[in-house]
Amino acid sequence: MTASDKTLLELTNVGKHFGGVTALADVSLHIHRGDIYGLIGPNGAGKTTLFNVVTGLYQLDSGSFQFAGQSYTRCKPHLLAQAGIARTFQNIRLFANMSALENIMVGRHLRTRTGIWGALTRNAAARAEERATVQRARELLEYVGITCAHQTLAKHLSYGEQRRLEIARALATEPKLLTLDEPAAGMNATETVALKALLQKIRASGITVLLIEHDVKLIMGLCDRVAVLDYGKKIAEGAPEEVRRDPAVIAAYLGGEAA
Amino acid sequence: MKLHRSSGHLTLALALLALPFIIDALFGHGWVRIADFALLYIMLALGLNIVVGYAGLLDLGYIAFFAVGAYTYALLGSPQFGLHWPMYVVLPLGALIACGFGVLLGAPTLKLRGDYLAIVTLGFGEIIRIFLNNLNAPVNITNGPQGISAIDPLQIGGFSFGSSYEWMGMRVDDVHLHYYLFLAFTLLVIFVSRRLEDSRIGRAWVAIREDEVAASAMGINTRNIKLLAFAMGATFGGISGGLFAGFQGFVSPESFSLMESIMVLCMVVLGGMGNVGGVVLGGVLLVALPELFRNAAGPVQQMLLGKVVVDPESLRMLMFGLALILVMLWRPAGLWPSTQRRREFDADDSVLHQEQETVYDASK
Repeated sequence: MTASDKTLLELTNVGKHFGGVTALADVSLHIHRGDIYGLIGPNGAGKTTLFNVVTGLYQLDSGSFQFAGQSYTRCKPHLLAQAGIARTFQNIRLFANMSALENIMVGRHLRTRTGIWGALTRNAAARAEERATVQRARELLEYVGITCAHQTLAKHLSYGEQRRLEIARALATEPKLLTLDEPAAGMNATETVALKALLQKIRASGITVLLIEHDVKLIMGLCDRVAVLDYGKKIAEGAPEEVRRDPAVIAAYLGGEAA
Repeated sequence: MKLHRSSGHLTLALALLALPFIIDALFGHGWVRIADFALLYIMLALGLNIVVGYAGLLDLGYIAFFAVGAYTYALLGSPQFGLHWPMYVVLPLGALIACGFGVLLGAPTLKLRGDYLAIVTLGFGEIIRIFLNNLNAPVNITNGPQGISAIDPLQIGGFSFGSSYEWMGMRVDDVHLHYYLFLAFTLLVIFVSRRLEDSRIGRAWVAIREDEVAASAMGINTRNIKLLAFAMGATFGGISGGLFAGFQGFVSPESFSLMESIMVLCMVVLGGMGNVGGVVLGGVLLVALPELFRNAAGPVQQMLLGKVVVDPESLRMLMFGLALILVMLWRPAGLWPSTQRRREFDADDSVLHQEQETVYDASK
């Protein structure tokens, strides 16, 4: 395998400013296929900004990133979703007034084709596709472990289930890279354990995962590689154990001078 | 069960077919004409429902598309230019041109949301009306404020919907014929609305209404899907406008004022945004009730008070406003809301659920 085959996502000197504030400065990192890659850092370190750049919500000011061998500098979110990057949001952004099943069916939009003509005539192809969409949505609900009635509105699901529904919706787009923005935030211990198992299952199915998390225990137990951001700069990258011992990381988290 | 449903459909079909004659017998000719207008407005409201109800884009200039359809018909089927193109060419052409205007309006406003979109669309509606008002110089196209008259009636081949026929000893008038024509178009629009609602496209519209950022992150091309909503809505408006021009035989810019846009929006909001049945109900009520007030306000006052105290015309608008306020107070999601919208207005129950969840977590 060559290096480019092994690397799924590669950021090169990515920079992003908001007015005078530098949110990201010269961040470079690469994520290998099949890994769970953790991104940690204190509040305001630029983790979510990096996420929004990679998923097309923000346009980057400098640098570029490569995904699956394709280079991107300016790109719309829906095209990146098409390319195979799916995401969840830090503050859950489900389609609150659609049912759990419909939320996932929207995720299938990208991989289905029925247009106006198909919708109006309900021809054989459109009906088959609709059936397959419902079927796949049911499977995904089961896959992430949501057992409630499928017609329950997204906003009526429990908090942990909403988090998992977001993951299911993202998986419906058939991503190569699943990016999760603090999926364990607000979860209790039991839910976190279940989430960990789910993420391992997702990796085992061949999907690369990029994870932002505050729960260092979860990151250390789950990730193959970790990067640490502080004030928009990458201060460390490597295996969890190395990163944990890195003096710069300890300084960033505990404050004060590096030992 | 299936038999039960199909017999229900049959009853409804017969009722719809007999309706103009029943109305004629009970209330007189004028009310059949009102029923015709109700159908035109229902078509308009269903078109606006796609934009406002499904995709959640507030459009206050919707009547412009009605105007585009009406003037297309009027210009191509009247002595204005001496053109008398047949209806089966002019109607689709009007729909197509309206559709083009829909995209034209949609394209620059894609990034706007809520109040800002409403203001821009409102401006668009007024621009179209003012254009129609002023396009009589230096080259006279629209005949300005005088409007265009002597428009060809709606006709297919030798059959004109604008004349009366004797059929098996029964007199069928133009208002009856128009009723059936408009009914056919309305049913078509209802069919299209419902099919689209329950499809991949319809789900994408609702997803954009619910959360545009999340929708685009799920791979929905929000630009194209929003443009599609504008285009579909405008197409329905254009068809309705063409039928209006042929029915009236006369169009002038004052038929397409801001008040008309607001009226159509009221039908959608009052009846139930996003629900085809609700929108139809809203259309019927908002056409019929003002007429009812117009006719009843005078005689009722005469009977109760012995003289007419308040002018029926102003009383009509007063009652109309009152009815709107009452509905918004007691049924904020509309008279017959879509299940989704109804849930949206139950704001507290999601709070309740969240609260329960927190208590549940704490007790573990």
